[in-house]
Amino acid sequence: MVSAHALLFSLDYQHVQIPFEITLWIMLASLAKIGFHLYNKMPTVVPESCLLIFVGLIMGGLIYSLNDKSPPVMDSDIFFLYLLPPIVLEAGYFMPSRPFFENIGTILLYAVVGTMWNAFGIGLSLYGICQVKYFNLQDVSLLHNLWFGSLIAAVDPVAVLSVFEEIHVNEKLHILVFGESLLNDAVTVVLYKLFKSFCEMPSIKLVDILAAIGKFFLVGIGGIFIGLLFGVFAAFTTRFTKTIRVIEPLFVFLYSYLSYLTAELFHLSGIVAIITCAMSMKRYVEANISQKSHTTIKYFMKMWSSVSDTLIFIFLGVSTIGNNHEWNWPYICFTIIFCLIWRALGVLVLTFFVNKCHVNTVTRKDQFIIAYGGLRGAICFSLVFLLPEFSRKKLFIAATTVVILFTVFVQGMTIRPLVDLLDVTRRRETSPTVSEQILIRFFDHLLAGIEDISGHWGQYYWKDKLEYFNSRYLQKILLREYDQPKSSIVLLYEKLERKHAIELAEAGQLIHTPSSTSLLRSRETAVSIQSPASTNRDIMDNIQEILTTNLYKIRRVAPAYNRYTLPGEMGTAEQAKEILIRRHKSLRLSFSQSDSDQSQKKLHPGLPCEWQGLEHLGHLPLLF
Amino acid sequence: MGSQASTLLRHEELEEIKKETGFSHSQIARLYKRFTSLDVNGVGALSREDFLRIPELAINPLGDRIISAFFPEGEDEANFRVFIRILARFRPISDKEKSKDAKGPEPLNSRSNKLRFAFQLYDLDKDDKISRSELIQVLRMMVGVNISEEQLGVMADRTIQEADEDGDGAISFTEFVKVFEKTGIEQKMSIQFLD
Repeated sequence: MVSAHALLFSLDYQHVQIPFEITLWIMLASLAKIGFHLYNKMPTVVPESCLLIFVGLIMGGLIYSLNDKSPPVMDSDIFFLYLLPPIVLEAGYFMPSRPFFENIGTILLYAVVGTMWNAFGIGLSLYGICQVKYFNLQDVSLLHNLWFGSLIAAVDPVAVLSVFEEIHVNEKLHILVFGESLLNDAVTVVLYKLFKSFCEMPSIKLVDILAAIGKFFLVGIGGIFIGLLFGVFAAFTTRFTKTIRVIEPLFVFLYSYLSYLTAELFHLSGIVAIITCAMSMKRYVEANISQKSHTTIKYFMKMWSSVSDTLIFIFLGVSTIGNNHEWNWPYICFTIIFCLIWRALGVLVLTFFVNKCHVNTVTRKDQFIIAYGGLRGAICFSLVFLLPEFSRKKLFIAATTVVILFTVFVQGMTIRPLVDLLDVTRRRETSPTVSEQILIRFFDHLLAGIEDISGHWGQYYWKDKLEYFNSRYLQKILLREYDQPKSSIVLLYEKLERKHAIELAEAGQLIHTPSSTSLLRSRETAVSIQSPASTNRDIMDNIQEILTTNLYKIRRVAPAYNRYTLPGEMGTAEQAKEILIRRHKSLRLSFSQSDSDQSQKKLHPGLPCEWQGLEHLGHLPLLF
Repeated sequence: MGSQASTLLRHEELEEIKKETGFSHSQIARLYKRFTSLDVNGVGALSREDFLRIPELAINPLGDRIISAFFPEGEDEANFRVFIRILARFRPISDKEKSKDAKGPEPLNSRSNKLRFAFQLYDLDKDDKISRSELIQVLRMMVGVNISEEQLGVMADRTIQEADEDGDGAISFTEFVKVFEKTGIEQKMSIQFLD
């Protein structure tokens, strides 16, 4: 009781209630996380998501017993607008784009066709179950079942991420499941809204169904379009932030969030939009911003997504307790069974088609993991709470809760031993080395060339075309310092050297030897080709020193390495010109040689004569 | 051959090619159509200029090397057998081929042959080693002229340092193969030939 006049101390909880409670929840989530990691054994047996749900259950139980009413249910708005975007943004920003696009066909197939297959399969089978008189379920209509099927079919990115992160399967498998879980949002949104509108309409005509199909394309493509738009804006904005480095990270977050909200505004797929935005802006933004901004972005993204993730699972636990459920066990059990069966069937059938038209086959083991890794999570949960009130809503809520708990606990806990048991190929723990990167690039070019020769337009063709478009137009507009483009091999090399030197600096020593010893050996190798120009040992040592000690300069000091004053950017057009000029020179030389010295077939043993000329060419400045 | 480009393949030749390369009838027919469309002069064999007429190939950084692979030992013309033999290396390895292993001669598109083909593109003097200078040449082709000699040299040294095991300062074929052990090279080195 507070008296009317002023006191020394007063208590005004209402004033700060909302931010206070939010902060307390986040604090609870973070403390829980610390707690788990203190016990090192736990995360290996029980995935973090399970533990968090458990904490949530305890909290929910506490609140229930204290207040004797149902604890706060996670508001769907809070989930969709505040908790979900950071997680998806982090996923999209750090998505390895190369494997993603290499497998995009498969991912899309699983996401779109697979989800629809699951939704209709589960919905129809459950309707079949409802017909059985014994279960007392006959008032659940077909439409409601299908509606339920559509929301329970979707694989959840949050759950998948948290579980797969800990088990380190190989990259391709990870990207398949993960990509699918992200992209099926478009399908879920459409199906959910479709059935919702069908429930409200008196009758359903064919034209409605066709409109729904059209809507699906609109949702997906619209999401992509919005994402690209905002991505381009973000990249463009960062071009001008050279003088105010401090707010650079903010732009990344603002633009991504805007893309999500804009897509949701138009009832398009927000998840697809935010992922597209992140993936498209990443390349240009990273080239424009400073090193510190880059680190900031990385850390903030990870932090926010981690907090969101934790909060979601805790709320899941809290919301389970209470009066919201109608426990009709036959329905619930059959839901779980059908989820598993339809997912397994779907994966089998789709993989069959995938393997027919793809070189990269998805093995049986991979298929099993994909099917088993189809975890449901908070998205289903929020969607079911969004259902309008009707007589059987609580039944659906109960079923959803149990399915989520089952998938997260049972499947989440057993997937790790199963992965070990089946000996699924694990992810390589090391990043590609310089030699691997170079050789991979070599193969890319080689395959593009062979495909051109054989007249076959494979994926490399599109990749080349995209690269051309990128360097011709996009880089000019979106990059600030486009006069120092470097091929990605050089960038990777610099990154590795930087990492290497940081490690060395931390260990407190520098190394000279590699360059000088290999130089010695290369002198001794009996190669009859003209030896390279820079055999000066001092230069080599110097460069290695420069690289290892003054690394941060490399990023900006690149023009110093540019011995040739080339005008403008090294675009593909310039590159093409260079290559063609080189080729003409070599052809000319070869003709002149074959004319003049007919008797001397080969100057050097084993070398075709055209290549003789090229040796000299390698050290001539190129003329433009 | 040596006759008009419109000559169809004789049946025996078709069977031989099929056995040697493992392509199906329709794939061979399709590739033959491609061969004749490239052979604009109708001589029944391709010259370097015919290859260079493919625009994407002309601006491919490794274009020269790839083309040279079709003209072994200084010959000037590539007939259809040579053409399809090289393309056969990029055929994906199917599962049943993997299992019938040591029964006959190694198929053209085996893992080892794929890698050897790539190795030969690097190794010009055919001494079975990729020396530092050969590596620098290829690197130079792939990174353009912005990079100085020294930088190229350092990168080549780093590459050799990572791959070289017997310490001879060059990469032999076995060391080359080892680099790819961790990557799924079969997928990388295959293209799906259309029927």
